Amino acid sequence: MKDWRARLGPTWAVAQVPVYSIVLAFAIAAVVIIVSSAFTRTGFDPLLPFAAYARLLAGSFGSGNAIANTLVAAAPLMFGGLAVGLGLKAGLFNIGVAGQFLVGAFAAAATGASLATAPTIVAMPLAMLAGAAGGAVYGFIPGYLKARTGAHEVVTTIMLNSAAGLLLTWAVNDLVRAPGFSFPRTADIGQSALPFVGRNLHLGIVFAVAAIFLTRWLLDRTTLGFEIRTVGANPSAARYAGMRPVFITALTMTISGLLAGLAGAIQILGVTGFYAPGITATVGFDSIAVALLGRSDPIGILFAAILFGAFRAGAPLMQIETSVPIEVIDIIQALVILFLAADLIVRRVFRVRAPKVEITEMATVTGSWGGTPPTGAAR
Amino acid sequence: MTENLPVLEMRGITKRFATGTLANDAIDLDLRAREIHALLGENGAGKSTLMNILYGLLTPDAGEILIDGKPVAIRDPADAIARGIGMVHQHFMLVPVLTVAENVVLGQEITRGGQLLDMRAAERRIRELADRLGFSIDPHARVDQLSLGQQQRVEILKAIYRGARILVLDEPTAVLTPQETREIFGVLRRLREEGTSIIFISHKLDEVLEIADRITVIRRGKVVGTRTPAETNENELAELMVGRAVSLRVDRGKSHPVDVVLEVVGLRATDDRRHDVLQGVDLTVRAGEIVGVAGVGGNGQDELVECIVGLRKPTGGTLKLEGRDITRLSIDARRDLGIAYVPADRQRFGLVLPFSLPDNFVLTRYAERPYAGGLGGFVRQHSAIRGEATRLATEFDVRASSLDAAAATLSGGNQQKVVVAREFRHDLKTLILDQPTRGLDVGSVEFIHKQVIERRDAGVAVLLVSAELDEVLDLSDRILVMYRGRVVGSFAAAEAQREKVGLLMATGEARS
Repeated sequence: MKDWRARLGPTWAVAQVPVYSIVLAFAIAAVVIIVSSAFTRTGFDPLLPFAAYARLLAGSFGSGNAIANTLVAAAPLMFGGLAVGLGLKAGLFNIGVAGQFLVGAFAAAATGASLATAPTIVAMPLAMLAGAAGGAVYGFIPGYLKARTGAHEVVTTIMLNSAAGLLLTWAVNDLVRAPGFSFPRTADIGQSALPFVGRNLHLGIVFAVAAIFLTRWLLDRTTLGFEIRTVGANPSAARYAGMRPVFITALTMTISGLLAGLAGAIQILGVTGFYAPGITATVGFDSIAVALLGRSDPIGILFAAILFGAFRAGAPLMQIETSVPIEVIDIIQALVILFLAADLIVRRVFRVRAPKVEITEMATVTGSWGGTPPTGAAR
Repeated sequence: MTENLPVLEMRGITKRFATGTLANDAIDLDLRAREIHALLGENGAGKSTLMNILYGLLTPDAGEILIDGKPVAIRDPADAIARGIGMVHQHFMLVPVLTVAENVVLGQEITRGGQLLDMRAAERRIRELADRLGFSIDPHARVDQLSLGQQQRVEILKAIYRGARILVLDEPTAVLTPQETREIFGVLRRLREEGTSIIFISHKLDEVLEIADRITVIRRGKVVGTRTPAETNENELAELMVGRAVSLRVDRGKSHPVDVVLEVVGLRATDDRRHDVLQGVDLTVRAGEIVGVAGVGGNGQDELVECIVGLRKPTGGTLKLEGRDITRLSIDARRDLGIAYVPADRQRFGLVLPFSLPDNFVLTRYAERPYAGGLGGFVRQHSAIRGEATRLATEFDVRASSLDAAAATLSGGNQQKVVVAREFRHDLKTLILDQPTRGLDVGSVEFIHKQVIERRDAGVAVLLVSAELDEVLDLSDRILVMYRGRVVGSFAAAEAQREKVGLLMATGEARS
């Protein structure tokens, strides 16, 4: 047992800080739970975290339904996590997943509603495509701006997030509002819905897992993936090697937006069935957390998305049975990201040696506000 | 106290890194008062480790440090500074947007009434200090507007200002022109007269022989000898350093140039700030000859090379390869026609440091067969890439812990070998070398020079740009001198005397 770390080798070298961050986040959240228990009706209970975490586990993996719920929540996070992760590989921090998600969701909802009576085999793929296209267009805009003018994608995507939310609220209210409802929403998607593959689990999870492996293949095995990674790691060397960083930057943002749009599409076509202002707004930002926790690696993102899906799926049971509020999950998620960003803390606590080669993804994120030069901009 | 008592002694310093490398193996070093003591060794010999221990950046596993005969513990750079040790790193630690004075006093500001910065007093002291050391510097100048030579003086001022009696200079001449080197030597001699003891780290033999009072040579973490310049010579020092006899002179036969391969006509270009840096450059390189471009850095050499390989768009003139106009072709297209390029900055342009060796070995050919194929060249062929990497690593003797190691973990010499191995392909027409041996040790330089000559003899047209005049003189069959964006002189190898070329580099005029 002694050398299990050695046997895992390079995988463990990349995964250890994320894994330790999760452990540390649960430990600190446990303290929060214990301390806050003193102020509740039930009174001080040092064992409450164990009960709470046990219910969290039961609610997320304890039964077939629980697992299905976890995967349903994880599927859009896989797409969203890939969107952020792919951007980070190219040295781009796409904060705009939230906006691209909304545009994709709206496009899928509007297309799905207009094809509500067509056969699923035709309607569903078209609605998915519409979602992908919507997200791609909305990702292309900041990509083009960065490539042409050097405008930093963090700034432009934050602005575009607000623009997307407000424009779509107007569109739902004044353009495509379905009659007969007390609140603004699109019409029902009917036959365009994603079919179920078992229990309440819809086909979206299959698409999401496929996207994980497709993205992995793209990054590891194709020349485009090599170009994306080279531009992200060293744009000067990319230019020297004959690549076009400007083009790669715009293309990567477009693909990133496409993935985010698909996250929105499966949420509409698999879960809600319609678009209404304010739906699942958390996916956009949870995707950033998922990508960071997964170290931008598609397989890492797969596991991170399942973990975050499990949080969402298991939290209600935890709250019902132990009175520990759902918000504890937000604390854990926030702590995970905190420890990933300040990985020195984790390295101290668990005596992990710093890597020889800097992990570029976190540098992209933390450097985004530090005035790093626009990497993809033309000279 | 006599003059010869050591001010600093390092005894039995041993440091083993977590990776298992024994970087320092029981090293003894003593520094006398008013001495310039050179520390000579190849890259990775352990010079920097030893100095980082002295400066408190690393903790030794064994050994002790004595200052003025008393053992001291140096836990961090603050300790080192308090004990009068100053360090000038190879990469300057200055804040570019601050002035000279602000940089010098940073952390040791003079204040009035406890709170207010007294920059006037600081500037006065800096002027006095510079006067004493025999150079002038404007304390108000912003550091990012100074030349590298001037920035280095700021670093020295900073150390002396903090009361350094022992000054460590890590490869101080690596970035300097011959003139600047001569000037900095003057400053160091003045410092010695003032009573400062200096450790001078270098791997340049001629410089060490010129400036040092004593020379200690380190190889693979061990001291292999201490000499005075009077009792040794370049050949002995090189042999001590490398551990075998090294030929310092490049051994090359006569060149047999044939047809013109590369032709540059009336080339004009601007730099990143849109200043005209190339003002009509004409040159030709024939198959089977090495044309060297000498010049003080910043006279347009970088832009010339960038224009030839396609990284910069010329504003005028034409480039021809075997008679074909390539002025408007992309980098890829030129590479396909047989232009290879070894860039000056291997870490910025030549390599992707986090990537593995195979990915770096095919960096400029990643989209070509057999490294890409399937789906119209979209899929990378890992076995072909690995095969090529294995072949090149063996042929060019690239030493790495494994093929999957990141390029960042390689020594500078091995990194450069990766770039050279990749660019020295067989279907080469012309080879553009920009500072091909900058920062490399004697052994690697010898190896790369041999490879260049081999390519020349195989009929490749070689254009060599180097800030090291000796390299240009040793290697080239024809020598061009660049000055302010023009070629101002051309010499055949036999008639190029060091002084003549040097004068032309410095003034742009041939009269003496």
